[in-house]
Amino acid sequence: MSAVSTEGAQIPEQLEDLESFRERARSWIGANLRPATADEMRWGRFGGSEEAELASVARDRELQRKLFDGGFAGICFPRAYGGQGLSPGHQKVLNQELVGYEYPARMQVPTLSPCATVLLEFGTEEQKLRHIPAILKGEELWMQFLSEPSGGSDVAGALTTAIRDGEQWVLNGSKVWTTGAWWSDWGLCLARTNWDVPKHRGLSVFMLPIHQSGVEVHRIEMINGSREFCQEFMTDVIVPDSDRVGEVDDGWTVGTRWMFHERMLYSSPYVSVPDGGRQAGTAATRVLGIAREHGRMDDPSVRDLVGEARMLEIVSDELMKRVTESIKSGRLSDQAAAIGRLFKGTTASRISTLALEVAGSAGAAWTDESAASETAVSFLMRQVGSIAGGTLEMARNVISERVLAMPRERTLDRDVPFRDVPRSRPTGS
Amino acid sequence: MLLALTSDQEFFRETTERFLVEQAPPNEVRRLQKDTAGFDADYWRRGAELGWTSFLVGEAHGGGTISGAGLVDLCLVAYEFGRHAAPGPLVSTNVVAGALSARDAHPDVIADLVAGTGIASWCAPELSSVPGVWVPTVEIRRDGGEVVVTGTVSPVESAGQAGHLLVTGHDGGGITQVLVPASAAGVSIEPLRTTDLTRRFGAVTFDDVRLPEEAIVGAPGEASTDVEAQFLRTLAILNAEAVGAMQAAFDMTVEWSFDRYAFGRPLASYQALKHRFADMLTWVEASHAISDAASYAIEEGSPDAAELASAAKAFIGQYGAEVVQDCVQMHGGIGVTFEHDLHLFLRRFTVDRSLAGTPGEHRQRIGAILDGREVAA
Repeated sequence: MSAVSTEGAQIPEQLEDLESFRERARSWIGANLRPATADEMRWGRFGGSEEAELASVARDRELQRKLFDGGFAGICFPRAYGGQGLSPGHQKVLNQELVGYEYPARMQVPTLSPCATVLLEFGTEEQKLRHIPAILKGEELWMQFLSEPSGGSDVAGALTTAIRDGEQWVLNGSKVWTTGAWWSDWGLCLARTNWDVPKHRGLSVFMLPIHQSGVEVHRIEMINGSREFCQEFMTDVIVPDSDRVGEVDDGWTVGTRWMFHERMLYSSPYVSVPDGGRQAGTAATRVLGIAREHGRMDDPSVRDLVGEARMLEIVSDELMKRVTESIKSGRLSDQAAAIGRLFKGTTASRISTLALEVAGSAGAAWTDESAASETAVSFLMRQVGSIAGGTLEMARNVISERVLAMPRERTLDRDVPFRDVPRSRPTGS
Repeated sequence: MLLALTSDQEFFRETTERFLVEQAPPNEVRRLQKDTAGFDADYWRRGAELGWTSFLVGEAHGGGTISGAGLVDLCLVAYEFGRHAAPGPLVSTNVVAGALSARDAHPDVIADLVAGTGIASWCAPELSSVPGVWVPTVEIRRDGGEVVVTGTVSPVESAGQAGHLLVTGHDGGGITQVLVPASAAGVSIEPLRTTDLTRRFGAVTFDDVRLPEEAIVGAPGEASTDVEAQFLRTLAILNAEAVGAMQAAFDMTVEWSFDRYAFGRPLASYQALKHRFADMLTWVEASHAISDAASYAIEEGSPDAAELASAAKAFIGQYGAEVVQDCVQMHGGIGVTFEHDLHLFLRRFTVDRSLAGTPGEHRQRIGAILDGREVAA
């Protein structure tokens, strides 16, 4: 934990001032990156061929290398590990300057955050030197081996087991919801190392190469046709003890910070993403495009719906800034990140519904050229933003219990050995 | 409310808070329900001494700010007004004082408003769905060396208490504003009913009210931008006050949820309620965030000020209503009694929500602003 907080507390005088950094970033970006194509702007649209996807991944690795060579990779990572040792303010400037340019989208989440940030906080010196520079150079793409098929929200109830065998560990189990594990290199894996203590006290974190004989990667087909998500099956995977992150059975300490970084998503100062500024192409602009295509902006009820989408988007931006500031200043605990998560989830869901409403019958059938194209398919996936990265129900628990200090939900798995915790419906009842 | 106050701002906010706790406790607010004016003249004058009426007025006219951002400072007062459902013509007096000061008009009236010895109200035009376009319900005609004011405006805050009325009217071609003494011949005021215990409203009719040309504020026929500025400031003050009312209702309800037991457990232990509290906190925080962002943008004259102001008014009005009403729901029967204090905030919130454009009207404006920008781009 110390690595990150010390980093944030650097003395400002030592750092390049923001305006000169902006000038430097602007001229480097102009000379080295090309403007983003319409397709790149729409990253996240699924259904491209496997070859196209692999080509995009290769391009992202190249771009990351370019950023590294240009001195713009890992703005908030320490210089000792190949980063720039600069501040979140510098990262923000870079994000602003990246607007409209191609950038290594697949390198950011989860590779740089939460995976690299977890290494930065909990890794040994040797682990950090081995992996963080490689990540910043685009040589390593990381995935989170966190969720399991047996339970999404109950992360600490992991069943994947690591058994010690001398100086190494043997891992067995299954992980799921890893985006693009089939083209990634390393997994950060939460596993159970002790079944005889309560669940939070028997976990440990490991890192392991994804492409090895004991790891089988299956791609999951989603209802919109996407095959980005994967499930991994680990069978007798050998991990040297030197690839353990944090102390044995203390994985939940790591996991707590891991999930904090995960909730920060693209607001994290450790990732580079073009600023979703007010003028950029946004969800509300897409709703407007649909309304216009059908000549419906003269209809006050449609203006109302478009206005609502825009309102939610603007408020969401301002809320994220407020929550980030409040956590930084200590007005709110780290746990308040769940406030942003809840608002973003409900907002995305509502905007998806607004788009479908504005699309009218084009929500039932459409042509590829239509602005309403895929509005209905997106609607089928509407709840993803309320599930992925922790369900909104979990966020509501966190907000009420950790921010408002209301009594915790009663659990049946707290003070008993994990081995004795009920994990399914009793047979015969 | 703002996250990072300067020490001067924090000192001022605390002073105002302490003053309101002492001078406007819930029972005083209840007592004022029967009072014609809805506030005591001495209370208002003392508030003015604290600075409540000076922030939108230039130093040349006896005004001044704490932080350099007068509207932001004023929003601190408005927020505390909301938190205490405080009495007094805060919105109307400040907006008129600021408007007069900006045009260096009627300095004697400004002096009275700043001192808290005078009250003024704005007879505003109606909203149109097109931002920047105003629909005054009053005609201001020029006749020789005089202006003639005709028409009705409703509702006008503190109309019956105001010594002066800033009237926005159309003059055929453009928008003109005049300052009308409430005592002028032809001015009549019909009191209106409202939900708030201490706010007062009236319908003001101008029946061929004749005034010397000196009554005109700013350039005749060219007051559109002044009106926009007054409107945005009105939104900022109403939003900050509404957020204060929400915060008070929410805090009160969180306390209640720990104190109230049912089936042997505090309300705060029920997940069905905890989840609603999580939503409420999120909406309260979001309301603070957008209210503050809009006030700053308006103060700085930023190009997205109108969009942010409408986003704030629409969001706070829509989601704040759900927060405050859910606070009533969480209280159960006691929440709908006059005896409990909760309704003081529900009343204030409801008035603020409905003035200067409803959530629906502001959503339409946001839609129009986005549409206009994307055409220009």
